[in-house]
Amino acid sequence: MTVAVESATARLPGERGRRPGPLQRLRRSWEKHWYAYAMIAPVVVVLGVLVGYPLVRGFYLTLTDANSLNSARTIGVNHIDATYTFIGLDNYRDILFGPTAYDRFWSHFVWTVVWTALCVLLHYTIGLGLALLLNRKMRGRTVYRLLLILPWAVPTFVTVFSWRVLLADSGALNQLLGHLHLPQPNWLEDTFWQRFAAVMVNTWCGVPFMMVSLLGGLQSIDTSLYEAAEMDGANAWQRFCHVTLPGLRSVSSTVVLLGVIWTFNQFNIIFLLFGQTSAPDAQILVTWAYRLGFGQQPRDYAQSAAYGVLLLSVLTVFTSVYFRWLKRNDQLAV
Amino acid sequence: MSTTTVSPAASPAASATAAGASRRRVRRRGRSSPLSRTVTHALLILASLAATAPVAWLIYLSLGPDKNDYLHPGGIASKAALTNYAFVLQHTNIVHWLASTLIVALGTALVGVAFAATTGYAVSRMRFPGHRPLMWVLLLTQAFPIAVLIVPMYEIFSELGLIDTYGALILVNCSTVVPYCAWLMKGYFDTVPVEIDEAGRVDGLSPFGTFVRLILPLARPGLAVAAFYSFVTAFGEVAFASTFLLDDDKYTFAVGLQTFVSEHDAQWNYMAATAVLIAVPVTAFFYLVQKHLVTGLTAGGTKG
Repeated sequence: MTVAVESATARLPGERGRRPGPLQRLRRSWEKHWYAYAMIAPVVVVLGVLVGYPLVRGFYLTLTDANSLNSARTIGVNHIDATYTFIGLDNYRDILFGPTAYDRFWSHFVWTVVWTALCVLLHYTIGLGLALLLNRKMRGRTVYRLLLILPWAVPTFVTVFSWRVLLADSGALNQLLGHLHLPQPNWLEDTFWQRFAAVMVNTWCGVPFMMVSLLGGLQSIDTSLYEAAEMDGANAWQRFCHVTLPGLRSVSSTVVLLGVIWTFNQFNIIFLLFGQTSAPDAQILVTWAYRLGFGQQPRDYAQSAAYGVLLLSVLTVFTSVYFRWLKRNDQLAV
Repeated sequence: MSTTTVSPAASPAASATAAGASRRRVRRRGRSSPLSRTVTHALLILASLAATAPVAWLIYLSLGPDKNDYLHPGGIASKAALTNYAFVLQHTNIVHWLASTLIVALGTALVGVAFAATTGYAVSRMRFPGHRPLMWVLLLTQAFPIAVLIVPMYEIFSELGLIDTYGALILVNCSTVVPYCAWLMKGYFDTVPVEIDEAGRVDGLSPFGTFVRLILPLARPGLAVAAFYSFVTAFGEVAFASTFLLDDDKYTFAVGLQTFVSEHDAQWNYMAATAVLIAVPVTAFFYLVQKHLVTGLTAGGTKG
């Protein structure tokens, strides 16, 4: 869909005829599109400098044994040059297959996958449930909506701390459970409960976004479809399966993709909930990579960057598979 | 066809009350039975409680003057005071943190919107070789885990002597904010009718002139949403800020709040008061603009 103005200037009658040479074609393409290239230049430059260059540099680091002891650094007035050396793919080999690779990488990898699947599932089902409730005509709908988006409105780094107080030993949640004569788990100390708490807090933070997006999707479904379905004798469950869910397809495919990416990359919640050093088993790959690079002494820059590259590869593979799957089912919103 | 006769058996909501009402009932579409309405309200009240309780708890704790008051919350009600707030305002760096946060967040928003606006317009209106790859790159950079960039960025900025500066943080934030803003604004420009561009071109404006004089003024709400999102992203950024800022004076709120809780000592009362002071203006602002956010969000992706 080209702009009419542009195509009017582009399709000059004299432009037909013999196919011009590559250089001439390049020049003609430049003449025709230089406006566009000038307009995208700022972003291309920014991305090249702020994303492209660090990405290449980071990839090079993964092929070295860089850490905080052999990197370039300045102590006082003395500048010390970098002394790390090229070691090829040893970092990747070590991470994926080296001794204790299971404890260092694969256990976190499995937990990251479980964490992502569980959180997105919870976000989606709870978000959809609340959106369906909010989509009904009733009194107080706006008030409920405003209250329910509160976890989204308050910055995450604030709410995670309030969860930390709630979940602390003999904090409010355990006091409440004690009053109800229920067991009081050590939320922030046992591995299982750490993971449970992380999923719970992330679910709490992520539901409002899903709810609001899905509510928008629900409101865009034509009501006459429901009337027609009702006329045909469809009950509420059938209307949900055959009208609501298909109507939400494009919104769902977008928010699920976003949800997976965000949850997989979720740094703030786990980092702030457990602090810099505790809960090694509840760390997902992102926070674990950060810990390798910045949370220990000496800082292992090379392995941390290698984790980053592996993470990005996993996400890229997932995204392209997801897009291919969507294309086959023709459900893409973006 | 606004009314439909629903037989009690056909609707599960009505079937619950069917025993009491054997006669056929005529209900307006969209009206539900009292029982289903009660259940809906009950569920929503429960969910609202779950959504608000942690925040409310923080506000409550901020009133307790002692750092161990969170262990005995019942006692706070009788001795509630604003001493925590007074302490935080007088004896911590909160004013410096506010300044740092504003510099970083406003800087990010300004740079993000300024750099992304023309690109959003170009990818919305023009088709050029490289269009699709560019869109892909814009999308993909939003999926970048922070672990990919943080190490090389740290190296580069240490070499340039930019660690512990606001500029470094603004640049880092821009790496995620700029592509997102471009994507968001593309969505907004798509809603501005092409006829306006055409009219501008017919009247002799260049593509730049059309963009600056006609489209940009019309797209002001879109720019505002993009700016707000950049602001919020920079405001809530934890990983880079915690790593790149070293000086206590330069912390943003996201880093400063962590200083109250260390392994050795947890000053929950001051933390709570600071958190409330930070959260109130941001949350209020969020509620003011949230209507626009929803439309903006569905146009593209954002980083959480």
